[in-house]
Amino acid sequence: MAKITFDGIEIEVPDGTTILNAARQIGGNIVPPAMCYYTPIKGTGGKCRACLVKVAAGSAKDPRPMPKLVPSCITTVQDGMVVENTVNQQVMDVRKGIVEMLLINHPLDCPVCDQAGECDLQNFAFEHGVATTRYEEERRTFEKIDIGPYIQLHMTRCILCYRCVYTADQLTERRVHGVLGRGDAAEIGTYIDNIIDQDFSGNVIDVCPVGALTDKTFRFKQRVWFTKPVNAHRNCENPKCSGNVVLWYKGKDVLRVTARKDEYGEVKEWICNTCRFEKKETSDWTIEGPSHIQRTSVISANHYELPVMNPQVIADLPESSVRDLENNPPLKLGR
Amino acid sequence: MGRKLLTEHINVPGIDTFEVYRKHGGYRSVEKALKTMTPDEVVEEVKKSGLRGRGGAGFPTGMKWSFLAKPEGVPRHLVCNADESEPGTFKDRHLMSKLPHLLIEGMITSSYALGANTSYIYIRGELLYVLRILEKAIAEAYANGFLGKNILGSGYDLDLHVHPGGGAYICGEETALLESLEGKRGNPRNKPPFPAVQGLYARPTVVNNVESIAAVVPIVNDGGEEYAKLGVGKSTGTKLISACGHLNKPGIYEIELGVPVEEFIYSDEYCGGIWKGRDLKAVVAGGSSVPILPKELILKTAAGENRLMTYESLSDGGFVTGTMLGSGGFIAMDETTCIVRNTWSFSRFYHHESCGQCSPCREGTGWLEKVLHRLEHGHGHMHDIDLLVSVAKQIEGNTICPLGEAAAWPVAAAVRHFRHEFEWHVTNPAEATRPGAYYSSKAAVAV
Ligand SMILES: Cc1cc2nc3c(=O)[nH]c(=O)nc-3n(C[C@H](O)[C@H](O)[C@H](O)COP(=O)(O)O)c2cc1C
Ligand code: SF4
Ligand code: FES
Repeated sequence: MAKITFDGIEIEVPDGTTILNAARQIGGNIVPPAMCYYTPIKGTGGKCRACLVKVAAGSAKDPRPMPKLVPSCITTVQDGMVVENTVNQQVMDVRKGIVEMLLINHPLDCPVCDQAGECDLQNFAFEHGVATTRYEEERRTFEKIDIGPYIQLHMTRCILCYRCVYTADQLTERRVHGVLGRGDAAEIGTYIDNIIDQDFSGNVIDVCPVGALTDKTFRFKQRVWFTKPVNAHRNCENPKCSGNVVLWYKGKDVLRVTARKDEYGEVKEWICNTCRFEKKETSDWTIEGPSHIQRTSVISANHYELPVMNPQVIADLPESSVRDLENNPPLKLGR
Repeated sequence: MGRKLLTEHINVPGIDTFEVYRKHGGYRSVEKALKTMTPDEVVEEVKKSGLRGRGGAGFPTGMKWSFLAKPEGVPRHLVCNADESEPGTFKDRHLMSKLPHLLIEGMITSSYALGANTSYIYIRGELLYVLRILEKAIAEAYANGFLGKNILGSGYDLDLHVHPGGGAYICGEETALLESLEGKRGNPRNKPPFPAVQGLYARPTVVNNVESIAAVVPIVNDGGEEYAKLGVGKSTGTKLISACGHLNKPGIYEIELGVPVEEFIYSDEYCGGIWKGRDLKAVVAGGSSVPILPKELILKTAAGENRLMTYESLSDGGFVTGTMLGSGGFIAMDETTCIVRNTWSFSRFYHHESCGQCSPCREGTGWLEKVLHRLEHGHGHMHDIDLLVSVAKQIEGNTICPLGEAAAWPVAAAVRHFRHEFEWHVTNPAEATRPGAYYSSKAAVAV
């Protein structure tokens, strides 16, 4: 076990835990944002730099600070490590810069984008970005590509997190090969194209943090905030498919089927393409009840939940720092 | 005249053949190391020599070697970085094409020191003709018993492979190089783990520049202490400098570290001064990634001391008034050079070469280039100049690999030292965009 201090809060986690996952165990709004890291998919993380934090002390043995900010998603904790996130101005400034970088070539076409309302980039920009832009240049664009009958790739919106590449690779057991070209001309390439007849290809839609990979059976059907998410399951014939899904209703119609995500937007149980694209009748499913609505979801129509800290961690905190946290939440939503 | 350790015989006819190279003392270091020294003794000599990596970062080679993890039963590798693609740097190409056996000899001796039985030379893809030269030389070395099984009867085995890159500058970054060598897309890896622990095929690996490996030959032949006698302070030995730009005698010079910059530029032994009798405006001293310095600061430090061609002297003053020795790509610019145009040109390179993995570099390099393009073409605003500095700062330090910094530093330095040229482009777009126009402090413009 390793004991670390994150934004002044002490927590003990198993060795080998990443800083980000340690912070997630604390919960609340001290958790760094993650645009590329995805716990269930190996090899993700380290790319978007949204989760950069300051390591003010490396470990008990070597308490020197690390010279550069480190990606919290792939840096493992050391006993005695002191990490600064929301309490460190440099970290907050750099994060603002990362939002800006991710947005300069983004089309900002949220009004016509299916992902709007459940988009990690929107949330990230809302919490950490600024309302204006300094970018006057032409944005890079790509043609839309249909990859198979169910999925559309809108590369212009892509933030090159590589999540879909690794997902495709790991769920369908083929070699890494999914990005063509370099720099801001890099694009998700033909490999994705080829996995499209695979049973689990639809999961790339769920792992995509933005609206670059969208469900063609749901395209332009409805804004997500007008739909109602309901948990449901079925006994899927595919042994690798969990059959546990969310049905997105509008009135009596199931408009969309997705896998279930946790509060950090991560899918823990993959679903197959049959469940996702072909079972759109209520009679296909056993209904469990309404899904929990994510704190950032626009479905809650301005009744945003404040992020909640793990009660157990708060219980262990000294009285003074609890008061401190209540009076000065480290980060305010939508400053 | 300084001593030449690497290039002494470079102009001997036929020196690229095994026979002639051997006649001129070639492969002595292999004999000495394999027959009379333990691997650790070779590492010790390299440590004593004070040799610092010639690929750009200047990290002490002996120390790098001693960091190599040595888990039981796991093969180790030595990889030579011959991807040389930095604008302004063209020394490795010359060394390899003229003296292929010197690199091979260095590879054998170094591989022995590190306990590697399979080593690689990763060569820039465009240098196909050099690849052929190396392959021919390697075949000769195999035929003469210097490569293969049981070299010189010592029981030591080594296989050496040359692998061409696919034409990406980023594959010179050591972890991108390893990815590429493994047959994957050349994306740099997040560090840690460092190659010394998990490198090629997740095995402990040392990556060294061509010139660093070649320098091991004289170090083993003459001893580390002898090597360390050359140079100044922590900058020991000799360094190949590829000098280009507006010089009377551009070319590749092997200098003893410590030559004053002024002497290097103006003496007839080296570059012979600035061409056409013009004045020097600026120098990029170590390849396009290092900060540009104006004449006053490249010849003398801010404290007024003579600047020397050493790691320490060139970086004296940090990035405020100093620069870096880098990979030894020395680019001199005369008074008719447009700094804005030059900065844009460098920027275009980094925009083109960013691998696109991490957001600050992928987006930032393009942003820098586009703003510089506008400034150079007369469509800039005053606030663009500070924007450049701000974007450069947003990239620096926040990326996976140092390419981000390599893109940011030259821009930040150009604005730091030549802000007036950028402002002149904003205020006088018509003049600034005339073909061949440049800013000069003597006359506002000359064409
Ligand atoms: C973008 C980038 C490009 C590089 N290109 C080269 C190169 O072409 N040749 C080289 O020797 N080192 C290059 N390097 C430096 C290597 O990463 C590495 O530090 C070097 O090969 C180590 O060898 P040395 O210790 O002998 O200098 C590059 C680094 C970066 C960040
Ligand atoms: S800094 Fe640039 S080149 Fe290096 S990993 Fe990031 S995107 Fe790739
Ligand atoms: S989430 Fe850590 S770098 Fe992207």
